[in-house]
Parts: sequence; C-alpha cells; structure tokens
Amino acid sequence: MKMPVPDSGVIARRREIVEALRAIVPGEGVIVDENELRAYECDGLTAYRQLPMVAVLPSTVEQVSQVLKTCKAMGVKVVPRGAGTSLSGGALPLADGVLLGMGKFKRILDIDYANRCVTVQPGVTNLGISNAVAHEGFYYAPDPSSQIACTIGGNIAENSGGVHCLKYGLTTNNVLGLEMVLMDGTVIRLGGKHLDAGGYDLMGIVTGSEGLLGVVTEVTVRILKKPATARAVLLGFPSSEQGGDCVAAIIAAGIIPGGMEMMDRPAIHAAEAFVHAGYPLDVEALLIVELDGPAAEVDHLIDRVEAIARERGACYARVSTSEEERLAFWAGRKAAFPAVGRISPDYYCMDGTIPRKALPLVLQRMQEMSDRCGLRVANVFHAGDGNLHPLILYDANKPGELEAAEEFGNDILRLCVEVGGVLTGEHGVGVEKRDLMTDQFDEADLQQQQRLKCAFDPDGLLNPGKVFPTLHRCAELGRLHVHQGELRFPDIPRF
Amino acid sequence: MTITTLKPESAAQAADAVRWALSAGEPLEILGSGSRRGLGRPVQAGHALDLSGLSGVIAYEPEELVLTALAGTPMDLIRTMLADRGQHLAFEPPEGGTLGGLVASGLAGPRRISAGSARDHTLGIAGVSGRAEAYKGGGKVVKNVTGYDVPKLMAGSFGTLTALTEITVKVLPAPEDTATLLLFGLDDVAAVAMLDRALRSPYEVSGAAHLPAGIAARSGVSAVAGAGGAVTLVRLEGFGPSVAARVTMLREELRADAVLARDESLAIWREVRDGGWLGADTDPHPNPPPLGGGGNSAASPQQHSIPLPRPAGEGRGGGIRSDTSHLWKLSIPPSTGPSTVDAIRRTLDVEAFYDWGGGLVWLAAPPNSDKTIRAALSAGGHATLVRAPEAVRAATDVFQPLPEPLMALSRRVKESFDPKGILNPGRMYAGL
Repeated sequence: MKMPVPDSGVIARRREIVEALRAIVPGEGVIVDENELRAYECDGLTAYRQLPMVAVLPSTVEQVSQVLKTCKAMGVKVVPRGAGTSLSGGALPLADGVLLGMGKFKRILDIDYANRCVTVQPGVTNLGISNAVAHEGFYYAPDPSSQIACTIGGNIAENSGGVHCLKYGLTTNNVLGLEMVLMDGTVIRLGGKHLDAGGYDLMGIVTGSEGLLGVVTEVTVRILKKPATARAVLLGFPSSEQGGDCVAAIIAAGIIPGGMEMMDRPAIHAAEAFVHAGYPLDVEALLIVELDGPAAEVDHLIDRVEAIARERGACYARVSTSEEERLAFWAGRKAAFPAVGRISPDYYCMDGTIPRKALPLVLQRMQEMSDRCGLRVANVFHAGDGNLHPLILYDANKPGELEAAEEFGNDILRLCVEVGGVLTGEHGVGVEKRDLMTDQFDEADLQQQQRLKCAFDPDGLLNPGKVFPTLHRCAELGRLHVHQGELRFPDIPRF
Repeated sequence: MTITTLKPESAAQAADAVRWALSAGEPLEILGSGSRRGLGRPVQAGHALDLSGLSGVIAYEPEELVLTALAGTPMDLIRTMLADRGQHLAFEPPEGGTLGGLVASGLAGPRRISAGSARDHTLGIAGVSGRAEAYKGGGKVVKNVTGYDVPKLMAGSFGTLTALTEITVKVLPAPEDTATLLLFGLDDVAAVAMLDRALRSPYEVSGAAHLPAGIAARSGVSAVAGAGGAVTLVRLEGFGPSVAARVTMLREELRADAVLARDESLAIWREVRDGGWLGADTDPHPNPPPLGGGGNSAASPQQHSIPLPRPAGEGRGGGIRSDTSHLWKLSIPPSTGPSTVDAIRRTLDVEAFYDWGGGLVWLAAPPNSDKTIRAALSAGGHATLVRAPEAVRAATDVFQPLPEPLMALSRRVKESFDPKGILNPGRMYAGL
C-alpha cells in the first residue's frame, strides 16, 4: 500500500506553514513536537503509521475555515481527524500534510425535543449524544461498537453503522443537518431541523465521504424514543447454512429485528471462553435475534422467531427472561473482538457485505483460503444486512504473517464482490481497501466519483491517498472526449 | 417545446443518445413516463430522452430486501410485485410513474417521518452522465459504504445529473395491519402539540397529520369528513397484536376521539399522501405525456378521484379554491408548522394542512406568493412549488433558492456530471 509521495518542497516550508497556522490557532493548538505528534500517527488501523508534518487543533469554525483556506493557498494537504477510531486508516496522516484534529469541538449546542433532534459539535462522542437525552427516554440510533470513543464527526465521515442499523439505519439515515467547511474556507450549511435538504442531496454525498469533501463543524441528528421493551433469543444451529436459512425465513416472515447477529464456531468458542455468556459450544452457528418495541409486539414476535428457528433446524433456543439475561447474550458478541485477541497475538478485522444467500458459499471458500494460507479465521456477522466481519488471526512478530493476513483479507473482500456484495459495509475504504476499489468499480465509476471530489476540492488537498487507488488531476478528469459534429444521429427509435 | 423524442431500448442506446446530444450541443429533456413533468421548472430542450423503453425487473429477492429494475419500469408493476410478497417501498411514494422518475423526483409520503425518503432507499444506480459515459454507483446490498453515496445524490436531482438506466432499491415488509387515531376539533397549535406528544411516545407512530376543518370536510373517509371540524390523525402500523396494543395505549394517552380501522386508515393516508384536497385540479399530472413517448408503457395516470364536496364558507379561503391557486409543499422544523402558516396568512389568503407531525405543510396560495411564503421560513426549511401552470414555473423559483456558496457548489456538482448542461437544463434552477 503506497501513499502519495511526500512533496519535499512542502516539507522544506514546514517552518513557514507552522507560523501561518500559529497565526490562526494560538498557543498549544499547533503541535510540532515529535513526541506529541505520536498521538496522531495512526488510527484504529494500527498497522499503518505516519507522523504528520504538523497537527493543528482549532476550536472555532472560523479557525477551521482559516486553516483550510491558508493550507489551500500554500498548497498543503490536510487530513481531518475525529477520535481516530477508523478501522480503515481514514485518518492516517501524511508526512507532508497538516493533521486537523477536531477534538476541541466538544459542545452539545441544542437539544430540541419538540423537533426530536440534537445539534452538536463534531467532537461529541456518539454515546455522548444518547447520554445527553437519556433522561427523557431518547437515544441516537446508530451504535458503532466504538461508540464510547468515536465522534459524531467521524461517524459522518464514515457513515457508521452498528448492530441496530438494519431497523434504524446508518448515520446517513439519521442526520438532519450539517455545517461544513470546504477546502477553500467556505462555510456551508446543509439541511437543518427539517426533513430533506433543498437542492441536491449534498448531505447524502458528504456522509460517508471519508473526510475527502469537507470538514464538518456542526451536526444535527434525529433522536428516537427508546423502545419500550427489548428481548433477545439465542439460537444455535448445526450448520451455518441452517443459520442463514433461519435469518432469511425471519425476514421473509416480515420481521425486521432490532438486531440479528451471527457467530461461527471459532468466534463462539473465543467469546465463551472470555466472558462466559452461556453460549452453547456444540453448534456451528449461533444467532442472537433481538426484538424491540412495544411489549405486545416483542412477545408476539419472540414466539414467531422461535417457531421459525425450530422449523429451520435450530438445535438450541433460549429466550431472555430478564434484562440481565438479554445483556449476557450480547456480552459475548460485544466482546468477540477482544475475545479473539486473547486467542491470537494479533487479529485483522474485515468488513464486507454479501447477499445473505451467499453466506454458506462464502464461509466455505473462506475456510479453503484459511487452510491454504495457514491462518485461522473467526466470523461475526451482522446477519440481518449481510455485513460480514471475518477476524483473521495472525502474529505480527512472525515474519510475513501480517502480509499474509492482509492478502487473505483482500481475497475475502474480492470474494464478497464476486458474489454480488461490496468491499465495505461500515468501516470505510480508507487506505485499507483503496487498492481493491477497482475490483468493485470500473474506471468510469471511479472517475465520476473523483469528478465529484473536484467539485468540492479542485486541488485534491483534502485527505488525498484515501478511497481512490489512482489520483487524477481535476483538469484531466474534466476533459471531454466528445467533439462537436463527430457523431451522426444515433440509430435508436425516435418519434 | 419537444420536437423529437428519442426512445432507447437499452442502456447502450441511451448512452448513444446522450453522446449525440453532447456532440450536437442539443439539450435533452429526460423522461420516464412523463407523469411528473409538471414538477419542477419546464425544460427548454428540443429533444426528449424517453427512458420508458428501459423497462423490466432484473432481480427481486424478498429475503435480501432488494429489488433491481430498469429505470423505466412502471411503479405500478413494481408495487404489485412487492405486494405479492408482502413487501413495499417503505417511504410511501405516490402512485404512478416509473422507478427512475420516482427516484429522480425524490418523493416520499407520510411515512417519511419514520421510514425516510426515496434517498434512504436508493441503494444503487447505473446511468449515463452528461458526459455520455455509462457508470454505476452504490451497490446491490442493503449495507454499503464503499465510495461516495452517489445514489443519494441522484434522488431528487430531477435528471439533471444523470439519465438513470437501472436502479436498486431497498424493499421492506409491508405492515400487516394499520389503524389511525382521530382527534377532533383541535386548532393548529394544539394539534401539532398533540402530534408531538404522539411522536415522543414509544409507540412508533408512522403518520402524524392535521387537517383543519375546511380540509377535513373534503375527505372521502366519512369519519373524517363527517367530524364537523378539524381532524388530527395519528397512524400506527405493524403486526396485528402490536397495533391493537398500541392503539389502546395511545388512545388513552392522547384521549383520542375515534379510531379508523385498516381500510379507512389506508384510505385517509392515501389522501394525505397525495394532497389532492387542495386546488380544484385533482389530477397530479398537469401536463400530458410527451408526444409519442412516455405514457404509453406506464399504467394509466388516472388516480382514484378525490371527492370534492366543499361546503361554501368552509376553510379560511372561503370555500372552493379557484384554478388559479398554486400548490406548495413546505418542509420545516415540525414545531414551527402552525406559526409559519400563521405568518403567511397575515398577508395571503391560503389554505393549508399538515403532515410529518407539522414538518410538512401543504399550502394552496394565490399566484405570486413565493416571496411571502419563503420569508416565513425563518426557522429554516424549504418551500417547493409543486403545482402551477408551466409559464409560472418557468418564471418562479420552483425549488428553494440556495445561498450563493451552496448554489456555487451545486453548479460545480452539476458540471462534474454534465459539463455542457445537456441533461434537463433548468429543471431545478435556472442555469443549472
């Protein structure tokens, strides 16, 4: 994985750039000390590290605007960063770039129950929003597993999901308004407390744009009333195929559970050994199906789900009878990553989405790959929406294993695309899956996306080296290859 | 002003048509069945690109919750296909037209408040840009963050960025049952406060509308029309036992006056969705389909006609709206619905009703009201002129004018797809 070659001319101007930034953000807001910069050298994708040229931590929108405008004028690249929990390297710094940390934007600006929305600065954590409205029985629905740490600004950049997003949507489905700063310093507002933005749905494009289009400085999200009840049922199956069938049958019955998670045998064993959730150990696939809503509905649906599971060959079924038991069911799943971390020195978490019907095939092919490369794999799976998280077990201290794990991961993602799925369901492309983009998209698809980037950032200064495998100049992308009068009238039906 | 209609039979032919238009410098009006031609500004183009020949469902997998179809596929066909498997498009779009037209116009109905809009359900697209390049965006699975979310940008872009040739949408189980609580005689402020209370409850309200007396009287649902005053509507949907339980609890909590069971509930929300109570013209297709193209493959644009008993003296406007009134939709913060309408009423003779808990105002207003209406949106939001004669739509900002930095960005976005302004020029904004 190659990052853009650092521009030595820019690095040579470091002192001048630092001075320009210090004129905008006073005091400790500009970081140049190498030890202090270490804190920003990587995000959640720790295999890749790079010290930024300088880090700047603005605290006002005006400062963000001035920083971007100045960097544009000086031709300096900028990498925005929230809490740095990205699993795809979206916040990986550049040696010749400014790291723009949004950590000082921590205020909750407005809680508006009458319009059922909350307006916050981008550095507020995902869970911080839910906590701020919990006493009124509300919450913010998307719940990525990093929700204690990850910020809403980062959630916008990555269009984060979570275990409940089949029913409640991803970030993009829960955002009402944004304020953002473009690379030229322009501040624009999209949406607000109302539904649907006027004009083009730029909020839809900005959400999930991985920090390539602008820097978000304010976010308005909708909040929901907490479901009255939630109960979970734990289902074990003798094969993953039967587990997958059960998921399809539940959905075919018109049921969209609040959460529907699947784990394979290695993941079940690792989780059980770690948290003793009471999982059955003699099954090949374990499903956690959570129903939430009014008590009457949950009771009705729990019965139906149990009946469907029995029909589809479940060999184990346990319904939670108390809140403690429900949480215990989840404890194993939620601890699956650290649990796998206990049985292996390192693990590499993948994130592809597949059509659910392809699950047995994908698991089988993954096992074959695992046998071939000699690395074990454990699977946790957002079964409802087909989002697969294979965890590849490796040891970074053994020469070549990291590379082998990455190659195994790449093969898994190519397989996801091959069966009709996509490279990433919620973690983003970042640097991690950048070079696989050509497996999912044709050149024309990627060029059109890059032209869109040009509309926001014509000099390509914002977070370059992420998402797109090949960087093109906007002038080159904009060139039209059709010329006046060269074509005859097309031979298609006309009236 | 269409002179010639090009009707491709494949995506490759659609690309040929755009390539020709680009080389000849001839703008194209992009059409599905032409059923929503009256929405937006009239397009000044000598040629139409009629995509209704690109028709057919490519894949429908109920268990995967996705459907992929060619863009010109009639919505009535898709609707029937989904209904046969107990599914639907959850955002409750109006009937008729094509899938491409629906996505391009970004419409949604009363369930917008809980299920989102067309943009939330458009997972993948393929189409031809104004550069005559065929490309795709998004994917064919329900959860995907790979690359920019181009399908969302297509929703509501009115064919100004790309001539869509294929679309993948998320489909969801249709609710097994539905019921609607009715509250009688509330004024607008009290009604929106009551809708707020309903929406703050944990009962998963999926429709929240208020019909002032003059509007309620025009309903085809007897319990609404016969209420003798304003009617506030709160919809509950889902599995039978769940709906029954929630109706009981919420009825008590809101002190609702009556409950509409399934059939009448379905009927009243169709009326709310279509807004046909406002304006004498109940035909949602003010312009005929283009000559030769359009309308032929789509199902008949006939809608169920909405009865129009309008007792004189009902409503603030003093009875039946004349043909000259224009229809607006205002999307605003829900709590500001009544005060916004009130502010407009101070200077204009208007009729209005509320959906989305107060966040959507349907407004019939006299001609030349755009400035007054938009000046009333002080708390944010946008106003769209959804029905007016062509000459009016050509001369008025049909969509909310954007602040200049945002307009400049929108122009650059347009140029990134369509540098020569070949696709539906001017449909959304003059010069875009």
